[in-house]
Amino acid sequence: MGRVAVLLCVVALSVSLVPLVAVVTYIVSRGIPALSGGFLVHTPTPPGIPGNGIGNSIVGTLIIVGLAMAMAVPVGLAAALFVVERSGKVSATLRFVADVFTGAPSIAIGVFAYAVFVVAFGYSGLAGSFALAVLMLPIMLRANEEAMFTVPDDLWEAGLALGSPRARVVRSVVLRTALPGIVTGNLLAMARAIGETAPLIFTIFGSQFFVLRPTAPMAAMPLTIFTNATQAYPDAQRTAWGSALVLLVLVVVISVAARAVAAHLNRRTR
Amino acid sequence: MNDLQNFPRHHEDVAATLAARLAEEAHVGAGPATRTAVGEPTVDARPHPRVPALTLDDVGVSFGHHVAVRKTTLALAATRVTALVGPSGCGKTSILRAINRLHDHTGGVVTGSIRLGELDVYGPNTSPELVRSRVGMVFQRPNPFPTMSIFDNVVSGLRFNGVRSKTLLAEAGEAALRQSALWDIVKDRLREPAVRLSGGQQQRLCIARALAVEPEVLLMDEPCSALDPIATGKIEALITELSAHVTVVLVTHNMFQAARVSDETAVFLLGEERVGELVEFGATAEVFSSPRDERTRAYVTGHIG
Repeated sequence: MGRVAVLLCVVALSVSLVPLVAVVTYIVSRGIPALSGGFLVHTPTPPGIPGNGIGNSIVGTLIIVGLAMAMAVPVGLAAALFVVERSGKVSATLRFVADVFTGAPSIAIGVFAYAVFVVAFGYSGLAGSFALAVLMLPIMLRANEEAMFTVPDDLWEAGLALGSPRARVVRSVVLRTALPGIVTGNLLAMARAIGETAPLIFTIFGSQFFVLRPTAPMAAMPLTIFTNATQAYPDAQRTAWGSALVLLVLVVVISVAARAVAAHLNRRTR
Repeated sequence: MNDLQNFPRHHEDVAATLAARLAEEAHVGAGPATRTAVGEPTVDARPHPRVPALTLDDVGVSFGHHVAVRKTTLALAATRVTALVGPSGCGKTSILRAINRLHDHTGGVVTGSIRLGELDVYGPNTSPELVRSRVGMVFQRPNPFPTMSIFDNVVSGLRFNGVRSKTLLAEAGEAALRQSALWDIVKDRLREPAVRLSGGQQQRLCIARALAVEPEVLLMDEPCSALDPIATGKIEALITELSAHVTVVLVTHNMFQAARVSDETAVFLLGEERVGELVEFGATAEVFSSPRDERTRAYVTGHIG
């Protein structure tokens, strides 16, 4: 019995690892040939012209995701604090909405951002940031809430019993104790958003040039992959594979960083 | 030091210990051993006069429809140790948490009046922060802030209340650690995480943390329930020393602990409709040797509760 169960587990594990390993090896093997000759720093060239690059997409992704974090992180923290502090109907509703939005298709969020942002202000990197912020917010809210709930009530009371103002207890005890969880949750939300394509299709339009102004249309890696992969030119397809590899590495780096930061913050406490 | 310092605490026949302590109390307490009604001042074994520091008048605590404790009228004496004893669920912890308005945080409702000197604890213009800075608290389980060093824990109350001066914090931190008999142990490792200390040391750190804000009253909610006998002995010795300057209110399940460290004892029991009530209050020696209430007698001799 025991041996059969172990065998089944091993088989299941292998089956679930196969697609993961296949995707990674395929992207790496197809992506590496594109990485030569300034691929990471150049702007795109027309098909057939050498010296193609995705430098502007990388910069665009960093700016768009950075701004999205700047929008979503404070709101996510404030909303989580509200949910933790008030256990009323509003909190329950907020939590329910967050759950629903976590499962919402990202293309729906893209259309939503188009309707409320692009229609009024036109295509821009900022519109993409807004869409990604909407995508990340529910994930961050739940992650922050989870992290804050694990702070024992003991510590709340210890802080309050010292005569400290409540806001100070929240800041110096609750948020500080929950910090590893909050940082991890927010970075993982970012890793999810950085690869999202659908919210960007409707919002940032894309660009062939280095654009640093977020109110103008911008390029981003997922969109570059999408537009290049759907073209017939081998050059364009190679660009798509190269971008996919860079994006994959970026996501892995962020995920590892999330764990490293959490481990570092935790080590200082025990 | 106090006479309790020499007193055998552990690995002794506890009943014999208790009896010896009671005999000693009776001997030391030279004054007339008058019995008083609940809530009124009681006989005092100490040379200096008994001054009420904290007066509870008809205090009740309820959570939603559940009444935890009611009709508690008590005058707790300054610089004495008052033990609140009684079985689980009889409301002694609820009373303790009413004193520093901790029920504000958990949603309990407090009725009646509590006065801390001239301060009306539940007055309309009284801030809970003010009350809590004058009434410190030590909890059942040691709860140092896990993200902070030993030193940061001790001075956290001062920092949270806006004290920035490094010299002031260093002085207050050292004084509080000396008071809690921890200075010699931790003076070379003040920057280490507090959670590296042993359980008993953590609890003394929590006492130091509470003392650093210089409270008049120290509430202790079964401070030894998570500790081994040796650590318990150290905390008990500390309580006796602290009571020279601070009014100590000690909730304990342990009758012997109450007898060892307290000057006065309040006994809570479950009354009608399973609501906690104060049934007896007086000098510890008398509550234990000649209780006025029949239920108290049954409880302190171990027949109920």
